[in-house]
Amino acid sequence: MSPAGRRAPLLETAAAWLLALLWLSPLLYAFWAAFHPVEYATRFDPLAPLTLANFAKAWTYAPFPRHFLNTVLLVTMILGAQLVLCTLAGYAFARFEFAGRDIAFGLVLVQLLIMPEVLIVENYRIMSRLGLVDTILGIGLPYMASAFGIFLLRQTFKTVPRELEDAARVEGCSFIGVLWRVYVPLARPTYLAYGLVSVSYHWNNFLWPLIVTNSIETRPLTVGLAIFGAPESGVDWGVISAGTLMAVSPLLVAFLLFQRQFMQSFMQAGIK
Amino acid sequence: MKHVYGWLLLTPAAILLVGFTHFPAAATLWDSLFSTGTVVRPSRFVALGNYASLADDPIFWQVLGNNLWFALGTIPTSMAIALLMAIWVNDRLPARALVRMAYFTPTVLPMIAVANLWLFFYTPQIGLIDQLNAWLFGLPSHNWLGDPNTVLACTMVMVIWKEAGFFMIFYLAALQSLAPELEEAAKMEGASRWYFFRRVTFPLLMPTTLFVMVNATINSFKLVDHLFILTKGGPDNASSLLLYYIYQVAFSFFDTTYASTLTVILLLLLAGLALVQFQLVEKRVHYR
Repeated sequence: MSPAGRRAPLLETAAAWLLALLWLSPLLYAFWAAFHPVEYATRFDPLAPLTLANFAKAWTYAPFPRHFLNTVLLVTMILGAQLVLCTLAGYAFARFEFAGRDIAFGLVLVQLLIMPEVLIVENYRIMSRLGLVDTILGIGLPYMASAFGIFLLRQTFKTVPRELEDAARVEGCSFIGVLWRVYVPLARPTYLAYGLVSVSYHWNNFLWPLIVTNSIETRPLTVGLAIFGAPESGVDWGVISAGTLMAVSPLLVAFLLFQRQFMQSFMQAGIK
Repeated sequence: MKHVYGWLLLTPAAILLVGFTHFPAAATLWDSLFSTGTVVRPSRFVALGNYASLADDPIFWQVLGNNLWFALGTIPTSMAIALLMAIWVNDRLPARALVRMAYFTPTVLPMIAVANLWLFFYTPQIGLIDQLNAWLFGLPSHNWLGDPNTVLACTMVMVIWKEAGFFMIFYLAALQSLAPELEEAAKMEGASRWYFFRRVTFPLLMPTTLFVMVNATINSFKLVDHLFILTKGGPDNASSLLLYYIYQVAFSFFDTTYASTLTVILLLLLAGLALVQFQLVEKRVHYR
């Protein structure tokens, strides 16, 4: 996002702004509906009274505090496990020559294609055999060994100069010590990028959590939101908008604050 | 020793990967060869019987066709919009950061939240689209999501809105890697902007275009969350997609072996696309 680039002609500037406004309008509309009484839902009177009643109602209609807690637990648990597992596996692939390494790496990459949500039928069966249906662990477990994370960390670890490792060895570091003192600190940008993608992905993930949960105690925000927003729930429009905005606000605020990191991380995730 | 350490480090991840990716994938294939057991009739080996009933299942062909239309309807359009966005945001534009943010914001929202918001736009009579139509053009109300002729298109418009900003960042990165000398040279030669885009920029962006296209196609098979809110796949499966049908067969009709059979087809489709993707990655190397 260099300062270079041509100065845009006026017409194009106007068009770009217009498209930006159009792109934001569904969200802006949600704000309108959430902060106004329902009779103003489609009456855009600038003097319409503002209200927080929709948020208060949404908060009590659905167990939002519990869903928030579940989502935070889920996202933290998955990210924590991913960081540990992917670091170890990425280190193995980057720096150890062991029998079957290339085949193993190829098998890891299979998961880039076959994400757990494609295998819902069998994974549900496995979870019920393990007795993990309707647990937060059951939602997180299939995602913990992430092929994307392993791949990303392997690439990063490979760029670390061997001399640094040798120097640490001379200082008497064990191979885990080398990983912890040399490789992990140098891979910090990769961890940040991966963390953003993982948190966004699991904050927003829906299909697998829907299948594997069936009680308020385990359902994350997206599943709670789907039940709450379903047409048959009969909740009015302002309340649904308010609930939806509450559910997306943590991620939305984080994005507004760290736009550039978000875009770069999402791009890395796309390129793989 | 290196062998032992390597495998030791790999083991925790390997157990989970095998347990939740490779084993279930193999089990899917195996299960698709059996009939679904009931209380009166236990499951038995039927060889390719499930595949035969799949070939005769009109809903399967319908959702497969929907998937095709869904991909055709969303991917080229959102990529064209994404390219336009990237070109604009790459220019020196007043409030550029704000514009870029506006384009990208839908990407960070969950599909469920997006569907919640768009549901109201499509609601007949009281919905935003009908109200605007009545107010601007005096058009009668239309049941956008209840009409098999419009429902799939409605979900496509929403997905285009959600995806374009994501594809934009790939084009933006590619545009920024182009040599600025190219444009200066073109300017000196007196080439118009459109001519420059058509003859220089667009061909140079071809690797990005192919790459985004294949990824978007793979992704289009996984985009089903919105159906849970908007349509439940209806009316008459007019908006249903393959993965949603798998969900219905497995968890509403409880026909697990048939769901496995459908999953095998989905896996084959994804594997085929992965081969295409692999070929592209190989080719991309030569561009550099």
